[in-house]
Amino acid sequence: MTEQPPQPGGKREEERRPRDADFWAKRVERLEVSDVPTGAINLNVQGRHEVGALQGFGPLWQKTYWVPLTGVGVTPTEVVRVWKEHFPEFHPPQNRFYPSLAGVQPGEVLLINASMRGMPVYTGVRVIYADEESFTVMTAEGLPEAGWNTFSAYTDDDGHTVAQVQSLARANDPIYEIGFRIVGSTEQERIWTHVLKSLAAHFGVNEPVRLEKACVDPKVQWSQAKNVWYNASIRSVFYTMAVPLRRIGVLIRRRNS
Amino acid sequence: MPQAQVRMNVRKVGEKAAIIDIEGELTAFAEGVLMDAYNQASEGGAGVFILNFEGLEYMNSSGIGLLVTLLIRINREKQKLLTYGLSDHYRNIFQITRLDDAISIYNTEEDAVQAASVL
Repeated sequence: MTEQPPQPGGKREEERRPRDADFWAKRVERLEVSDVPTGAINLNVQGRHEVGALQGFGPLWQKTYWVPLTGVGVTPTEVVRVWKEHFPEFHPPQNRFYPSLAGVQPGEVLLINASMRGMPVYTGVRVIYADEESFTVMTAEGLPEAGWNTFSAYTDDDGHTVAQVQSLARANDPIYEIGFRIVGSTEQERIWTHVLKSLAAHFGVNEPVRLEKACVDPKVQWSQAKNVWYNASIRSVFYTMAVPLRRIGVLIRRRNS
Repeated sequence: MPQAQVRMNVRKVGEKAAIIDIEGELTAFAEGVLMDAYNQASEGGAGVFILNFEGLEYMNSSGIGLLVTLLIRINREKQKLLTYGLSDHYRNIFQITRLDDAISIYNTEEDAVQAASVL
């Protein structure tokens, strides 16, 4: 797309620093993983681009999951504070998240070591936005989805605090799109339902998680079919299959040294 | 439900373009105001929509989601979306979210209007 370079001077920027300036991540050309948490596999993240909802392959879906935290006097700010602090713990065991040491902060990469129907998926997301009542992650090339997930809490018209996950994303490539159509979207819905149930349980709440979904753009973006080159699931399978070979290589190098 | 902290004004430019001036905050609460402005401009015959961000004071990630859904809607109608008036900070956000892959960014209203005239 056409982009005229910004005009020099920056006088407006000095005059008025936006209130959201501290909530957004800095721009990066490619993702970098500065420290790998213990136990995490860092694969398909280092050196990858981020991809948003406009760069994926499949139809664009907006899915909103929410759970009212009724009966407890907890504020949206407190909910999101706890959510950031305990983010990995609220996920099902087959979908492990590994935040960096800095945690859920703008610019930080969260590694994902997941299993989809027995197939490993090693990938990651980056926190592009975080304020007191929400945080948003953007997906790396090769992740099953291309887009954003926003985790937030707000007060509804009845005065209840509601925790919400909203996803605006497409399947990243044709293989993932087929996967989503067969089993993947149900699996994904289970994951986010589990996350919200776990978060609610942390506050002693046992309410059903509701889901509203809308197809924002039913069109498939065939120009993005090439994303399959970065398919993290396929690459993760090859990585896993090569584990015995890497172990043999380590043994040989030890013997030679 | 909190009120939308945003005002939008629609100005017709030439025969087929309209400028939507955004003043205030672009968050999830701005959805109704943005769609009303788009509908008003579209019903006025516009096929090219120019978003003026000079008055933008605050935008969160939900605001980006709004722009994406607006863009999808515009593309579906075979219309065009341009922008101008983004500060360095918001231009940076367009780059982070890769909205700049799909939405043209101009420095001034004159540049955007001139680009619209040849679309």
